[in-house]
Amino acid sequence: MGKVIRFLPLIVFIALCVVLYRGLFLKPQELPSALVGKPIPAFTLTQLKDANKQLTAEDLKGDIVLLNVWATWCPSCRYEHPYLLDIVKSSQVTLYGLNYKDERDLAVKWLDDLGDPYQFSVFDEVGRLGLDLGVYAAPETFVIDHHGIIRKRFAGPIDADVWQREFAPMIKTISQERARGE
Amino acid sequence: MAKLISILALLMAFTGSVNAYAAASETHEFTDPVMQKRYQSLVKELRCPKCQNQNLADSNSQIAIDLRNEVYTMLKQGKADMEITSYMVDRYGDFVLYRPKINELTYVLWFGPAVILLIGVLIVVMVALKKSASHKELELSEEQQQKLDKILAEKD
Repeated sequence: MGKVIRFLPLIVFIALCVVLYRGLFLKPQELPSALVGKPIPAFTLTQLKDANKQLTAEDLKGDIVLLNVWATWCPSCRYEHPYLLDIVKSSQVTLYGLNYKDERDLAVKWLDDLGDPYQFSVFDEVGRLGLDLGVYAAPETFVIDHHGIIRKRFAGPIDADVWQREFAPMIKTISQERARGE
Repeated sequence: MAKLISILALLMAFTGSVNAYAAASETHEFTDPVMQKRYQSLVKELRCPKCQNQNLADSNSQIAIDLRNEVYTMLKQGKADMEITSYMVDRYGDFVLYRPKINELTYVLWFGPAVILLIGVLIVVMVALKKSASHKELELSEEQQQKLDKILAEKD
């Protein structure tokens, strides 16, 4: 017993080292979304390219839906853009955009210049839907399943690595669930 | 001592300037002082999701400005503080609360320090008891005491 107590400070010290060392590699920026497991919040907004066309949550249809939050003021969105063009070509997902706190003219011009990977973009000028989705910066991407339930939120730009690591497993899970008829 | 006082004065001057800066970024005006108090305590209690070590009051990031506006609008609509915080938690998760909820995830956070303090006190008490116990062992037995008395008597 006496021997154990003598080594107790050393044991505590080593345990502390392990905990703190692990802490170095945690990513506090990766917040879990409060929206995971919930449906897309209700909204009524216009389509980016057609100010007269009203959109609601019902319009974001698809088997596996990606909702990508983007804006022309966001440099990472420019970085991400070519990968989005690739993804819609090579994957079975349906991609919608949420143009977040942006100017309509600039955003339309961006899509004309760089190409438009989206089925359509929802135009959220004041960031109302963004707030309801818990968006705190662009780009962010939500994965929505065939029941309209948000399954994942990813904050940050997508590239080929991120796609393989973060999105491919979730998309596989959802398509398996669909195949099982869940 | 004079040095210490001057250092303290300097520190206080600094914290004063920081507060003044935070207040400078505030644009909302209240006619009702109670509502203003509630607003100020809410933006202090809510964390900015983007700049993670600042609350809404201190941060000048776009999202913090948006959320401050949201708090302001909700207060004006007559929403209760609880409604406002749960509105934020529904969107940004428990993370936005600077004072975390007490649940199974945060038991360690809330009660860990008290438990560690208790363990510390127990260890100190145990060590102290052991010390006084070993003192008892050092006391002379009756036989030894007689022997000692005898030796001391002989010396005289």
